Amino acid sequence: MTQLWSLMPEFWGGLRMTVLLLAVSGGLSLVLGTVITALRISPVPVLRWFAAIWTEVARNTPLTLVFFFTAFVLPMLGVRAPFLLLALVALTYYTSPFVAEALRSGINGVPVGQAEAARSIGLGFGQTVTLVVLPQAFRMTIPPLINVYIALTKNTSVAGGFFVVEMFATTRQLVNDNGNIVLPLLLVAAALYLVVTVPLGFAAVQLEKRWVVSR
Amino acid sequence: MSATSVLFDAPGPRARRASLIGSVVSLTAITAGAAWIIWILAAPRVSGGITLPGMFDASRWDILTDPQVWGFIGTGVAATLQAAAVAAAGAVALGVVLSLLRSSRLPWVRIPTAILLEFFRGMPVLLMMLFILLVASTGAFWAVVLALIVYNGTLIGEALRAGLAALPRGQREAALSLGMREFQSKLLVEFPQALRQMLPIIVAQLVVLLKDTSLGYIVGYNEIIRSNMNNLASFFGNRYLFTLFVVTLVIYLTINLLLSWLARWLSWRTASGSGTVAAGADPGTADPTSAIRLVQAASTAQHPGTGTHL
Repeated sequence: MTQLWSLMPEFWGGLRMTVLLLAVSGGLSLVLGTVITALRISPVPVLRWFAAIWTEVARNTPLTLVFFFTAFVLPMLGVRAPFLLLALVALTYYTSPFVAEALRSGINGVPVGQAEAARSIGLGFGQTVTLVVLPQAFRMTIPPLINVYIALTKNTSVAGGFFVVEMFATTRQLVNDNGNIVLPLLLVAAALYLVVTVPLGFAAVQLEKRWVVSR
Repeated sequence: MSATSVLFDAPGPRARRASLIGSVVSLTAITAGAAWIIWILAAPRVSGGITLPGMFDASRWDILTDPQVWGFIGTGVAATLQAAAVAAAGAVALGVVLSLLRSSRLPWVRIPTAILLEFFRGMPVLLMMLFILLVASTGAFWAVVLALIVYNGTLIGEALRAGLAALPRGQREAALSLGMREFQSKLLVEFPQALRQMLPIIVAQLVVLLKDTSLGYIVGYNEIIRSNMNNLASFFGNRYLFTLFVVTLVIYLTINLLLSWLARWLSWRTASGSGTVAAGADPGTADPTSAIRLVQAASTAQHPGTGTHL
């Protein structure tokens, strides 16, 4: 027990790195995902196709392969960057299409009559989207978006396999160093992941319940 | 994509011109970006005073003419597909069992199952693989497969449970009134319908499962990435790293896109099939919450990948 307690600082460091990865790549993929969604619904066909192809390719590439690209292929191509930055790029690229899909399903979920009404009182494309559709799409988007972030939390563990010392890498290191308490260490790691994911999931369920009724 | 056509007018001459200009400008920008990337890749690079050929030079691609290399790549693909197939079968089976347990009427069955589901859903697959590898010491193949079974099994179980919950209450009542037992009704009447409703989500989840076999790279299972990028690249030298990466990417995209299209086709087929059922149901007698759930489930089914994924 004392041995386990003495390792808590390491776990704390790992947890902080995991939360950092989650927060930064979550924020960046929200920005990128919004841009992709905007392209996806834009009046210009070329941009729609570009966004569709981007979504399709990014969604069907395994995260491990994306990480492999940023951690090994990019440095070979001459990109010099710290592994943390490369991991953030990989996570953002991989998460952005899922964010975009969540946003798009929210927009598609707004009744067509809303957009029609906005059009009929003379609002243009920009006004229709920003004043009428997006505010309504937003609340339908939050629960699936939270699910995307729960998945992102779990996906940050892949960074542990590519030179970023977050929870997974920390746990693996600690397990290697402390062969006598393998099981407790793994359970602590699992509990720490749950500390992040369970409240998020709970929030998603609560918001979904509240907003489904009010619509 | 019905919303798109509503968001803007049927374009007149001016809007058409603006759209055309926008198309040309963005196409130019995208082409320029692609050309820039290709130019950078094709440029010879200097490393430590030695000039190496560009990425599209024939000397970087010549291994692909060697049938032995393809044989080796084939082994990697086979290993990935094998792990995915075993895990998929296991995950669907586990999902079926979990969904039945989770929707049981007995609280001492239902509640522990719910807690177990929550526990496994919130954990990274990678940590589970490490867990199985270290605690059960099964070897890399079973670590990958078992972790994927547990993780995806819980997600499929949750999808099936939602499907069961979304069924009209009348289905169950009709089955019970015919003299079926609870379990018979569940197995013979409710479950087949839920399975059909949730099939697109399950297939989408199997795409995720296939992608997640790549985590075997980290725990030491010789799937595509490990056999191509580690073993082949270290055998032939770093020179071929980019080539092998492209090959691996193309293989993954081919398999996954085929599966994704299958999911979409299934979704389209079940959506058109269940349309008549939904239209036939009397909205007055239907339970309102189950109606909402059905709409939610159907909307998730329309967009496989937004519900349960990654």
